[in-house]
Amino acid sequence: MITIKNLHASIDGKEILKGLNLEVKPGEVHAIMGPNGAGKSTLASVLAGREEYEITEGTVDFDGKDLLDLKTEDRAREGLFLAFQYPIEIPGVSNINFLRAALNEIREYRGEEPISAKDFLILVREKSAIVELDPKLASRSVNEGFSGGEKKRNEIFQMAMLNPKLAILDETDSGLDIDALRIVANGVNKLKSKDNATIVITHYQRLLDYIIPDFVHVLYDGKIVKTGTKELALDLEERGYDWIKEEMSL
Amino acid sequence: MSYTENDLAEDLQNQEYKYGFVTNLDSETVPKGLSEDTIRLISAKKEEPEWLLDYRLKAYEIWLQMTEPTWAHVHYEKPDFQDIIYYSAVKQKKYESWDDVEPEMKETMKKLGISMDEQKVLTGTNVAVDFVMDSVSVATSFKEKLSELGIIFCSFSEAVKTHPELIKKYMGTVVPTSDNFYAALNSAVFTDGSFCYIPKGVRCPMELSTYFRINEKGTGQFERTLVVADKGSYVSYLEGCTAPMRDENQLHAAVVELIALDDAEIKYSTVQNWYPGDKNGLGGIFNFVTKRGVCEKNAKISWTQVETGSAVTWKYPSCILKGDNSVGEFYSVAVTNHFQQADTGTKMIHLGKNTKSTIISKGVSGGKSNNSYRGLVQIHKNATNARNFSQCDSLLMSDECGAHTFPYIECKNSSSKIEHEATTSKIGEDQIFYCQQRGISSEKAISLIVNGYCKEVLNQLPMEFAVEAQKLLAISLEGSVG
Amino acid sequence: MSEIINAPVFKKVELILKNEFEGVLSEELKTKSSSILDGIQMPTTRTEAWKYTRLGKINNKKFTVRKGDVSDISSFIITKDVYTLVFVNGFLNSTLSSGTLPEGIICQSINEANSDSTFTKYIGQNLRLEEEVFNSLNTLNSADGVFIHIGSKVILDKPLQILHILSETNTISNLRNLIVCEKNSEAKIIQGYFSENATDSFTNVVTEVFVEENAHLTIDKIQYENDSCYHVATEQVQQEKNSTFTINTVTLNGAIVRNNLNIEVVGQNCLTNLNGTYLLKGNQHVDNHTIVDHKAPNCESHELYKGVVNDQSTAVFNGKVFVRKDAQKINAFQSNANVLLSDESTVNSKPELEIYADDVKCSHGSTTGQLDEEAVFYLRARGLSEKSARKLMIGAFVNDVLKKIENEEVKTFIFEILHQRFDWELSN
Repeated sequence: MITIKNLHASIDGKEILKGLNLEVKPGEVHAIMGPNGAGKSTLASVLAGREEYEITEGTVDFDGKDLLDLKTEDRAREGLFLAFQYPIEIPGVSNINFLRAALNEIREYRGEEPISAKDFLILVREKSAIVELDPKLASRSVNEGFSGGEKKRNEIFQMAMLNPKLAILDETDSGLDIDALRIVANGVNKLKSKDNATIVITHYQRLLDYIIPDFVHVLYDGKIVKTGTKELALDLEERGYDWIKEEMSL
Repeated sequence: MSYTENDLAEDLQNQEYKYGFVTNLDSETVPKGLSEDTIRLISAKKEEPEWLLDYRLKAYEIWLQMTEPTWAHVHYEKPDFQDIIYYSAVKQKKYESWDDVEPEMKETMKKLGISMDEQKVLTGTNVAVDFVMDSVSVATSFKEKLSELGIIFCSFSEAVKTHPELIKKYMGTVVPTSDNFYAALNSAVFTDGSFCYIPKGVRCPMELSTYFRINEKGTGQFERTLVVADKGSYVSYLEGCTAPMRDENQLHAAVVELIALDDAEIKYSTVQNWYPGDKNGLGGIFNFVTKRGVCEKNAKISWTQVETGSAVTWKYPSCILKGDNSVGEFYSVAVTNHFQQADTGTKMIHLGKNTKSTIISKGVSGGKSNNSYRGLVQIHKNATNARNFSQCDSLLMSDECGAHTFPYIECKNSSSKIEHEATTSKIGEDQIFYCQQRGISSEKAISLIVNGYCKEVLNQLPMEFAVEAQKLLAISLEGSVG
Repeated sequence: MSEIINAPVFKKVELILKNEFEGVLSEELKTKSSSILDGIQMPTTRTEAWKYTRLGKINNKKFTVRKGDVSDISSFIITKDVYTLVFVNGFLNSTLSSGTLPEGIICQSINEANSDSTFTKYIGQNLRLEEEVFNSLNTLNSADGVFIHIGSKVILDKPLQILHILSETNTISNLRNLIVCEKNSEAKIIQGYFSENATDSFTNVVTEVFVEENAHLTIDKIQYENDSCYHVATEQVQQEKNSTFTINTVTLNGAIVRNNLNIEVVGQNCLTNLNGTYLLKGNQHVDNHTIVDHKAPNCESHELYKGVVNDQSTAVFNGKVFVRKDAQKINAFQSNANVLLSDESTVNSKPELEIYADDVKCSHGSTTGQLDEEAVFYLRARGLSEKSARKLMIGAFVNDVLKKIENEEVKTFIFEILHQRFDWELSN
């Protein structure tokens, strides 16, 4: 699905990612954990194509395509989805028109016909149920006036609508209470299939009780320094990151 | 589900100014240039009564004394008033019925999306239209149906003949001849326009609309619109404008007067899409328009405008809130791109007690354009408890454009309250990125965001116009980001 | 008083009747001003910059340039124990001045500065003579003023207090000041404008200010000439990179007061603060015109002007923010708020933004209205009389601006005047 090799990225001349390697195969769920400033959100931003970041070295292969060579929207159209840590508000633009524009552009890219209004509405109804999103929110402006939890659920709703190959959830759990967390996680689980994959970036092990990862990676100082299974997450929760730092310095 | 931004975007694939065609019709024009003789000739061609000719000649005299205004934040080469054709009319037999209209003309209307076919009312378009091409009104639909309610809706020239008492009573009462240079010019040479009268207590059941079109080369368009809403009546009036693509600058200098008597309400919406010139700034319409309304007791006038066209725009639809408790509103979206220049805004003159005004202005500037908001809120001494709220936002799309705000606030009453807010900012890069991450191209993302930004104003437009306006915004913004 | 000789005769702007003093600025500047004055008329309300201020009252009078004397300046001392220079009718009075300045600072009469290379380099450099008749009038006739030069890295330990007193009838003062703050220097200047036994007199002051790289300058200015005096002040300021310039203008009296603040920000990373308050009664007319011209990127400017307008008085505010092409990342904020206390009073407010760069955040707001009646009611419900409730509210309204003044003594001085003049009780 995605193969990241020796990825180096910097912003304003400061190197954040320092040779990151990661391979994700279809059907897998990978969790990336790490202390603040390790480069977790940078990784998400770089993969989605934020222009502020400069890629100084490395390659990213996404289903046979050179991801770094694609424009942001083409990455999305190829099936890469980022659930934003801080979803932005777009005043005056209704959620539903926004999604229809997105869906049809993606379909057009794939050489498919635009979706009919009727099918689109059916899809909206079906997918909003997955994250228990109030259908009323669909007609409101994108993220405007949404609570923190609603914004995050809206991200997963969009993910359901766009049906990506690879979803990257950037701290989707932060700020959520346990009910909202459960809803979001259930949503993600329902969308899981043998053909798609998920990268969960998180601070807290808690989320991984709901979204069971196949692999847990520790990102530290711009590199993945340790890889394990879900037990590693529990270890980290209990012992913090210091022991990793120590292990590294040995 | 209604027309979405997405449908819109599809409609727009690389579309440019689509109204830039020319209709080949024989037309009758008077020779270029302006003199007393030209005015006499226009008046004679229109078979006008003596009093109207006198009105014109007096206006011409006043105009000769005046100089072109220079205070607006626009730069253009002053039109050569002797190089303009002041009268151009499609050679016509009188159109007695819709069937008399030439096929070319019908084709033109079709291209412009104007429906004159009264049958169409059944399929949903419920708009009565007056179509003005170059100097004269070509056709007006639904006349009979309206006249059953006592509503008069016809071309200005026709009204001069059929309802001279109303024209005499109201023409020039809101915009006096001497008001400004272009109003004086218009008063001297105006050729046609629309007239509308809504009788006491009548709620006009359909939107009334005038569609203005400049076709002939070298002509100026000088139309006059007069809307009178008698006591307790209501009307919603729409105005659309287009012109062919030509590399010359053509002048459009209109006068619009609205009169809302006690308890009446007039909603006046404009989608202005005169040819803006090409992307190098060549050609386009000079749009110098005076629009003003007067509100008597408890009356309300609401101006809504979406302005995407014209090379140079200079226009301030205003409300004189004369009667107690009267209300004035101004909702505006002005988009400029390439080398366009716009200096637009409103004047709210509070004379009566408890008068209220609201100003919402959204400017979007791209390319190398300049977009200015200029507004006046004036509270007179006796306007006890007057209220004004103004919000003027500017969105910047390129680093070579300019966005300016020039509000004038004058207050002479201590019980009144005026609030003015303005912001200027760049289009949000994070918003564009968010859209792109969902697979939407940056051009389309901008169109979405700008439409959202203007929603407060677009929502004020009647449905058919709102769709039109959305399309226009997207077309106008192509290539605006620098 | 010395004897008076015939004044130069102007064709169009003929304000000065008698002038025995030769203007001290360079012949070049004077010749230029003179020819401008020959060619222009007094601005009228058709001139956009003077749209709301009629100059007829000034234009109908003839003024005399004359030295004067003031016996006791104790009531004009804003703050004690600082360096003080006293000007009477625009001429330095050394006997009334006090304090010895530390090393690295020049503070002298412009009469003595003509051989100073810094003075000759900067004087008249940025001042727009053509656009403003009063600038030309000042440049041609100015016979005295102060030249302040804060040397590189010098931090002024105590504020510099410059007091200007008008005396006698129909006097004109063409005070001309130049302030140069060199690299990394810091200074605070307090200016006070007063009158004693002066009727129908006119202060026409021009101050040119250069705030060099990383220099920090604060000016607190009190305008308190009597209600028959006219005052036109122009501050022409240039800010270089990393500099801070703050000016707090407090207008407490005067028949016609016009303040032109022109700030050109030419270096990056500058901070500009303009605060002002005007408290009018009687027939006063106060007009604040400010321009902040952002010519360089990454700068910030904040402007707050608040006024209370009573009786038949008129307040005018015209604030303009320019953001020039390529001056990206500018944050500019401007706010003007007015309270009208009488139906005879007038407020004209014109906050303007003129923006030619795209990556900016600019906003302005203007409100005009009356005191919040709900709040007045609330205070009365807590036992305050209506009068004291209103006074309290006005105090709070004005204090938003006054609290920007850091010098406590300056604030106390202002509070004292407000108490005398309006019976308001303000405190820190």
